[in-house]
Amino acid sequence: MNWILLIEQCLNGIQLGLLLFLLAAGLTLVFGIMDLVNLAHGSLYMVGAYFAATFTAWTGSFVLAIVLTLPATLIVGAVVEIVCLRSLYNRDHLDQVLATFGLILFFNELVRLIWGPAGLNVPLPEFLSSSLELLPGLVYPSYRLAIILASLTAAFFLYWLVARTRIGMLIRAGASNREMVGALGVNIRFLFTIVFGLGAALAGLAGLMAAPISTVEIGMGENVLILAFVVIVIGGIGSIRGAFVAAILIGLIDTVGRAFLPDVIGTFFDDEFADAAAPALASMSIYLLMAVILAFRPEGLFSARGG
Amino acid sequence: MASFRYGFILLVMLALAAVPTVAIAIDEPFYVSLFTRMLVMAIAACSLNLVLGYGGMVSFGHAAYLGLGAYVVGIGFYHASNDGMEWALNGWMHLALAITIPGLVALLIGAISLRTRGVYFIMITLAFSQMLYYFFIGLERYGGDDGLSLWFLSDFGGVMDMNDDVDLYYLSYGLLLVILFLLYRLVNSRFGMVLKGAKSNERRLMAVGFPTYRYRLVAFGISGAICGIAGFLMANQSEFVSTAEMHWVHSGDLIVMVVLGGMGTLFGPVLGAVGFLMLEQYLPELIRGGCEVIGGNNCGIAGEYWKIVFGPLLIMVVLFARGGIDGLLQGKVGRNG
Repeated sequence: MNWILLIEQCLNGIQLGLLLFLLAAGLTLVFGIMDLVNLAHGSLYMVGAYFAATFTAWTGSFVLAIVLTLPATLIVGAVVEIVCLRSLYNRDHLDQVLATFGLILFFNELVRLIWGPAGLNVPLPEFLSSSLELLPGLVYPSYRLAIILASLTAAFFLYWLVARTRIGMLIRAGASNREMVGALGVNIRFLFTIVFGLGAALAGLAGLMAAPISTVEIGMGENVLILAFVVIVIGGIGSIRGAFVAAILIGLIDTVGRAFLPDVIGTFFDDEFADAAAPALASMSIYLLMAVILAFRPEGLFSARGG
Repeated sequence: MASFRYGFILLVMLALAAVPTVAIAIDEPFYVSLFTRMLVMAIAACSLNLVLGYGGMVSFGHAAYLGLGAYVVGIGFYHASNDGMEWALNGWMHLALAITIPGLVALLIGAISLRTRGVYFIMITLAFSQMLYYFFIGLERYGGDDGLSLWFLSDFGGVMDMNDDVDLYYLSYGLLLVILFLLYRLVNSRFGMVLKGAKSNERRLMAVGFPTYRYRLVAFGISGAICGIAGFLMANQSEFVSTAEMHWVHSGDLIVMVVLGGMGTLFGPVLGAVGFLMLEQYLPELIRGGCEVIGGNNCGIAGEYWKIVFGPLLIMVVLFARGGIDGLLQGKVGRNG
């Protein structure tokens, strides 16, 4: 086995996992605190990527685009919460699934109306377009390293916000008993809007960071959304710690599996079978992992709500 | 209102029976394939309604069983045309396999998913259907991403010809009637009572001594099997099999059909499927027309963005008309679903 390639794929896996974590953290926060299933979370990821594309084209600077995109997605999220989702908190999950499904259709068409049906490409920022030699022989694109660092920073910020600040205390209290928090005089509606906006900004951050290394297109959020669902189901809904562990796990298994499963199967079976079966098996691996984990722990790895 | 409701449903079913005759009389054969699609989707929506409406299980992965049923036809065709296995086109065999394979897969997926509740169940059924979606994309041999164009359809000997749109229409119509009758018997049987009871109060039912997990699992399996029939018909109707039909958005469409028509009612899903496909077909023209009335520019393009109206429409149905079309027929307006 090629060790350099393995390390490189592991880094790719961690990078995918961290992006997934940014999405899953928002989803799991919204679910844990507001008890809301939000299918439209992937749309916020898409909107983030489109904002990044537009702002990069306007300002010519990716850094400025980041500065503009984050508040923009936060505002979009807050507006969506106030206009549409607020009346869904006390409904059953089926209603929420349907209404947010309607939101996906709406957002996809709105994006098509504004930006057109063709995909957009965001150029890599110049100062990150080179590669670094991490180990002798291991050359890794610096943009992907920057994604890893930025996501880790966001994850630490989230941890600090939830565990160390007053607003985080309210978020945790809201997760364990929202009626009581409301009764104690906290403006729970405002808190919910903030949490939703925060989740939207995290999704937007994931979208904008993914924009230069993938095509910005309609429906880009939907496949990532399913992966984020797998992450929060494995991690335990409502648990940010669980989401982090599960996201890294999923990112690693998906990436490393795709890279090495053909070789692994090829050593046991003939090549023709390996070529046919490996891609199918690799794309199924994370779902199989989810099935196994749920068979033993139906509530996920870290099932405690809040956390 | 009740008699109006039954009258309306009877009228819809009779109108559906007359579609091919009328379509040929007015020389618009396009309507036959449009309405065949409605019947196929009605069967799929009925299957989902068994678990969603009667059983209270929000399955977000029924497109997978639809796809499995379609791939039975597709894989049979592949081996018949590439390996010279003529028997692989046998329509009766296709139908039998399109019932058993999705049924068994649904049992397997259900066995794991039903261990969980609520949101977990929604997400797990969703994830499993995506797993099958990627599985078929990975199967390069059977077309992978591109799908399979079917030059030969299921062969029923001299009984009927799948290439004939009218034959296919009446096969779909007949199967829909049979399935509606079976579902009627099923939900009014002891089994159906337990299923409905487990939806409204599971703990009480378990205390009485019913193993609700097993009842749910069987219902889930039956639902998958019925959905497979719809997949079989869909493959023969579109003469094409691809992974696109298994995408999770189609699972969402199926839920929309059930809720739009009225959950937990026998004919609701049929009304929902007809209504959904009608909207899909005519909402663009309606928007174009409305745009021309108010004198807007580029009205031809405006129609393409019909989903921008459809999405919020869906949210309105959820918020204000939970009973769906069937609820409106009964005079129920509001949140009681």
